[in-house]
Parts: sequence; structure tokens; C-alpha cells
Amino acid sequence: MSIDTTKQGSSVPVTEKTGEYFNPEFETLSRAELEALQLKRLKETVQHCMNSPFYKKRFEEAGLTVDDIKTLDDVRKIPFTTKQDLRDTYPFGIASVPLEQCTRLHSSSGTTGNPTVILHTAQDLDEWANQVARNLWMVGLRPTDVFQNSSGYGMFTGGLGFQYGAEKMGMLTVPAAAGNSLRQIKFIKDFGTTAIHAVPSYLTRLKEVMDQEGVDPRRDTKLKIFAIGAEPHSEEQRKRIEQMFGVKAYNSFGMSEMCGPGVGFECKEQNGLHFWEDYYIVEIVDPETLEPVPDGEIGELVLTTLRREAMPLLRYRTRDLTRVLGRTCPCGRNHVRIDRMKGRSDDMIVLKGVNIFPIQIEKILMNFPELANNYLITLTTDADNDNMTVEVELEELFTDDYQRLIALEKNIKRALKDEILLTPHVRLVPKGTLPVSEGKAVRVVDKRTVYN
Amino acid sequence: MTIKQLSIFIENKSGTLIRVLDLLSQANIQIIASAVADTKDYGIYRVLCNEPAKAYLILKEAGINVQLSDVFALTIDDQPGRAAAAVKSLSEAGVSILYLYSFLWKGRGVLAFRADAPDKAKEIIMLKKMMFLTEEDFK
Repeated sequence: MSIDTTKQGSSVPVTEKTGEYFNPEFETLSRAELEALQLKRLKETVQHCMNSPFYKKRFEEAGLTVDDIKTLDDVRKIPFTTKQDLRDTYPFGIASVPLEQCTRLHSSSGTTGNPTVILHTAQDLDEWANQVARNLWMVGLRPTDVFQNSSGYGMFTGGLGFQYGAEKMGMLTVPAAAGNSLRQIKFIKDFGTTAIHAVPSYLTRLKEVMDQEGVDPRRDTKLKIFAIGAEPHSEEQRKRIEQMFGVKAYNSFGMSEMCGPGVGFECKEQNGLHFWEDYYIVEIVDPETLEPVPDGEIGELVLTTLRREAMPLLRYRTRDLTRVLGRTCPCGRNHVRIDRMKGRSDDMIVLKGVNIFPIQIEKILMNFPELANNYLITLTTDADNDNMTVEVELEELFTDDYQRLIALEKNIKRALKDEILLTPHVRLVPKGTLPVSEGKAVRVVDKRTVYN
Repeated sequence: MTIKQLSIFIENKSGTLIRVLDLLSQANIQIIASAVADTKDYGIYRVLCNEPAKAYLILKEAGINVQLSDVFALTIDDQPGRAAAAVKSLSEAGVSILYLYSFLWKGRGVLAFRADAPDKAKEIIMLKKMMFLTEEDFK
């Protein structure tokens, strides 16, 4: 195994940590030092990837060897890895270690084909927790804080990812999980919660319930920091959440393919997310030509893991569109600052932390003989809540009974919920009312305020 | 004992009803009675007309979601209490009415309705010797 097993940031016990940085030795590297470290780790990672039959074959096909990686720019010689690769090699085909060395896996719901599986060794999990801990420390949280994780647990990496990170940082953690707002509010009050991790739309929902219950977050709680992520949100939404609660809300970026949350996080400057370049090589490429774009220009985010043991990924195409804001920061960290996500280079919808492809919805609708082929998915932001409406055309008026139509709507809604894990609004419309599919039909209309 | 009714799926937005009415009018079809309920997003517009089969084909060809359904059309004396008596007879026999609308036809009242148990409804109508309309009456 060629991944250096020295754990980062574990040299100093958390109780003795002081200052602004959780891993000062890595967070405050100069650009030159950072890039030298990246090159060293890229070579290690590529070498380690040769234990993976998938990458070994990829390199052979590309006529590439480990020795071809001489400079950091040589990363561009490496072929891209895509989500399809993960599906094709389902479940364990990309792993670079024997399965018995792995201690956990996370998987996507995988309803658009094979799910994707990400394997972790114990060290991977520790490194992941370290990234999350670094983030939480960066925004001012300390072991005296109480951290409530109001995120889904289970396969969704936002649950366990933040849990282990917050524990590593030494905070008292409340694994509240998602939902049940009254209980969340009780925890916040009773346990003196100072920080919450949740998807932004859930926080606006939580505030509604607080209002109904007569709870004033400024008066009745100790809340001061939110970590928000897993669904796209605008600067405007962030500011609104901050004003609602009287807290600071920091944007978090993660994806299960990289580990989960932790990959990128805003510092107190709130001017872009620091992507941890001791853990990843960050590229922004033109999604058409796949050539790098200059800093400031929008392109697709491509990530290479530098510390992963179980399942390193080389040049993984995230399909997220964003841009580089800068490579220095008043906070003293020179890790690249990435803008909030600007959209997708595929048709994936990210709603309330759930990734949805239109094809999943189409597949369900096709099971209803009452429906015609056309459908339209509309995403809206209603009172700070993101919602999905699915309009479906009735193929035949099969009944004269209004109740049967209502029942059909309910059945469609339930079937969609089972598939996409969210409950959309479903609306029956007469045949011929939706845009007809000529070539690539418009299936998704995104009216959310997020990308403005 | 039942007559054909057009059931038309319409969206609750302006212009949708006009489209249906225009198509029927162009085909010279006479509407005898019709009813639409107030609903949120969509509803069923129900029409009795003089040529339901023809109307059905015309609407269908125009791409409109339409169905021919069977409804009862009892005729009653145009006097207080007659509708109550008719509905009571059905109800006592355990027949539920899914929807009902009424109108006047040649001096008599008409109760157009759909029953959840049509066979049972037919029995009651026969046994109680109730009067009803047939499609011939509209021609």
C-alpha cells in the first residue's frame, strides 16, 4: 500500500488545540508548499490505484504509467472517471484495497440503474472526519459547543459524515436526524444547541414551527452557527436564514463519491468554499471540450482524491458547475476558493438534498396506463421552501368519477415518493396541454431562486 | 334505463370550457343539460346532449379527454317533494348517488345522476315504477 498512513492532524489532542486552525500544518501551507504536497500525494495515489483492476486497465488503455506523472499538470493526462464508471463496476470494482480492509460503505439510491457504492477503510473514515472537523473549527466552533445534526442518517453521508467530524472536533453532538421539528426544537432548547447542520429548506421549515410554538431563536436558544448544504441555495436564501435565526450560516460542499461533506466549506469570510487541496486536486473544465477553463470562468468541477485508501478516484467528473474565486484568502488559508454551485452539466435535479434524475420520474409515470407520455417537472421556491410539481397528462378519461381521479393523483404521488424519497405535487392535466416532445423535450423547468 | 352522458376532463383555467362548447356548437349538437363542479386544479364537465355518440367522436378527434358514461335520468312531477321521494327510495335500498344534477324537460323535472350500484338502482326504478328518459326523448 502506498498511501501514507500517518494520520493528519491527530498529533495534537483536540483538547490542547488553540488558535484559528484545526490542522495548522496543512491549512496554512503556501501555494508552492501545497502544490508540492499535491504532486507527492498524486504520485502516491496513482501508484496505489494500480491495485484497482479498473484503473490498471484504464492506464494500460491510455498507454500511461505512474512514471508519466512528473508535474501537477500531468494530472490532465489521466482519463476522467464518471458516475457511469461507478455504476459499471458496481459494487466493488473500483476498489484499490481488498474488501476485508474496508470498514464501511455508502451507497446512492441507484434508481437510475446500478447504485454507486463508495468504500471506506478505517483510515478513510478518520480522514473524512478530519476534514469535517477542520471545517467546523474554521467557522469558530470549539469543543465547548453543542452540535445538532438535523440531517438524514443512514446511507446519506450528511448524517454520519458530520457526526464523526463533530465528534472528532470534540463537541457534544446531538444526532437528531431529519424531521420531527417539535422534537428538534426541544433538543435545541434543552441541550443548549449552538450549531446545526441541515439542508437550508429544512431550516426555514424549522423556523415556521418555531414561530407557531412562540419560540424566538434569538431569545430562547443559544444557536450561533449553521452548516448548510446538500441542496443548491442562493446567497439570498443564506442571508434570509441568517436573519431569521440571528446566526451565521456557512455553505458546505460534499459528495458521496469524494467521501461526503467535508470536501469544501466556507470560512468566516463567506467568500467561496475552501476546497481542501491537501485532500483533493481541484480542476474546473469546460464540460464540452473537457479543457481547463481560466480562474473565474464557470466550468465543471473535477476532483481527484489524494488521501483515499479504499477507493481513490482520479479526475472524477462531478457534473457540478462552478468557478474558482481565488487562491488566497484573508483567513490565511490558500486552499482554492470555489463559488457556490451554479448548476449541473447533466439533467440531475438536486432538491432538498436528494439527487433526482428526470428519468426516474419518467420510469414511474410510465407504469400508469392512465397517463400519456408527456410530463413536466417544475421546481419552485415557495416561501423559502423548494418544491417539485409534476404535471402529467391524462391519456384517456377512464372514469366519470372525480374521486377516482383524486385517487390516481395520490397513487402517482406515492409511487414517486417511493422512488425519489420526496413527495412532489402531482397535477393531472388534459392531454395535449404540455409541451410536446420533439427531439429533446423540456422536462424540467427550474424556477427556484437559487441560480439567480 | 340509462342514457349516455359526456364526461369531459377539463382544467380549471379560463378558455377550456369555451373550447368544448365551440366544438359542440360547430357540430350543431344541442346541449340539454350540463354541470361542472368547482374544483381546485381540474374537474369533470358532464353534458347531456341530443347526439352523444357523435359528440364523443368529435371531442375525441379534437384530442379532448372525454368519456361516454351511463347515467340515470328520472323524470318527476314539477312539484315540491318529488325529488326527495325519489332519492329516498334509492337511499333506503342502499344505493348511493355519486353525483346528481337536475333540470326541467318539457314541463317535468329531471334528476340526472350516477349510482354506485347501478343494477340495484335499476331494480328500484322498475319496482317503484319510476319514470325515466331515454335517448330517444332527446332526438
